[in-house]
Order: sequence, then structure tokens, then C-alpha cells
Amino acid sequence: MERKTKINAEDGKQELVITREFELPLDLLFKAYAEPELVEQWMGTKVLKLENRKYGCYRFETTDPKGNKYGFNGVIHEFSANEKIIRTFEFENTPFGVQLEVLEFEQLTDDTSKLTIHTIFESVSQRDQMLQMPFAQGINMAHNRLQEILNKLK
Amino acid sequence: MNLRRDVFQAIADPTRRAILLLVASQSLTAGAIASNFDTARPTVSKHLQILTECELLEQEYNGREVYYHVNPKKMKELADFIEAFRKLWDDRFNKLESVMKKYKTKK
Repeated sequence: MERKTKINAEDGKQELVITREFELPLDLLFKAYAEPELVEQWMGTKVLKLENRKYGCYRFETTDPKGNKYGFNGVIHEFSANEKIIRTFEFENTPFGVQLEVLEFEQLTDDTSKLTIHTIFESVSQRDQMLQMPFAQGINMAHNRLQEILNKLK
Repeated sequence: MNLRRDVFQAIADPTRRAILLLVASQSLTAGAIASNFDTARPTVSKHLQILTECELLEQEYNGREVYYHVNPKKMKELADFIEAFRKLWDDRFNKLESVMKKYKTKK
């Protein structure tokens, strides 16, 4: 199967580019980022605040199955409908720092569109730590599953 | 976690990446590897040491000669880091796509 989502993370650089083509018209893709109830649905997070304008800010809160809460926040610097969002992003209480995100929305055809997210980190090591996180979590999850199986065997 | 970060640091250096490329297809001695670079031999040795310590390179003894080759398992692990990250975003975007397709038909 074709890989729709592409990650470009050059070695030794403190930036990251994520691109994805969607089978969605441009306005629907943009809406997914602009409407709080839609953001909640696809990101699986609670939207505490989402002010779609310059100087506006946003706050999300995600709760994991164990009840732990994770906060995300940022300030919006540019909000151009169906074109571009420039904002900061902070995953609270983590060592990843604050990132600058440039989201560009493009129409490909009437029914398809493309999103490019350019993220700039404070340092190379912060970027690399962020890249490693899903992998580390994957190992943790696999470990937890193993633990569950072992517990059942007892 | 520390060890894994070391792998990333190991490949952050352009000379070390060039070394990995060089030995990807064939085992080479330190001397043969060094002859491909303008850098001083001890510098290349240092790079080989770092790559070996984080297990991206493996040494094999053939008589008095030490040959270096890549450790495919470790290289695979390195690729998996990015793959896990990509998968996370791919899943997230697949969700976005399905949520918005439903939203569209509801309207």
C-alpha cells in the first residue's frame, strides 16, 4: 500500500516536515483543524480553547485510559482559511520545549488536498526525542501486554 | 533511553554516515575505510569506535585483520524509530479523513 503520510527528518537538523495527501476537498481538510468538535473527534482530545485568529491561543487536554491528563497549548500567529496556520505548540510537562508549526493547506483536485506541517524545534536533540517517543511508547505497550499475559498465566 | 539517543548522535555526523554507507555492501578494515577519507586516521578510528559502541557496526576478526560491517538489526531499529512516528501520524490522519468523510455526508 502506498504510504500517504511522509516524514522528512534530516539528520542533525532541528526541524521536521510531515506531508499527507487527503481524499478530501480543501475546505473540509481545513475545517478539521478549525472546528473544535471536529478536532476533538479526530485527535481524540478535549478542546478547552481554540481561538482561530492572530494573537489567539488554544489548549487541548487528552486523558489516557488510566486517567492521566496531558496538556497541549500554543499561540496562533496566522490563521488564513484554507491556506495556512502558523502557531506554537507545547506538550506540557515534557522536555520537548516549544515548537513553531507552519501548516500549509493546498488543493490538489476538487476532491483531494494536501497538508504540509513544518515543525521547528529549539534543538536537534529535542526533535530526536520527539521522534523517538512513539517508538518508546510502542515498546512500553508491548511490555504492558506481555505483563498482562504473564499475569493471566499466574 | 540513553543508548538509543547515542544511536541518533552516531548518525548525526556526516563522516560516520559516510562510513556506514561504505561498509553497507562489504566488510572493510579500518585502513581501507580510512583511505576513503581525507581526515586523519585516528579521527576515523574514533568514528569507528563510536559506531561500534552503539552497535551500528560489528567487528569480525580475520587473522590479524579486523573487518567492520554494519549490524542490520541495529540499522533496522533506527529505521523503526521514524516508522513508529510516521505510523502515529498516518493513523491520526486516517482518522481525520474518516471523520471528515462522515461529516460531509451528514451535511
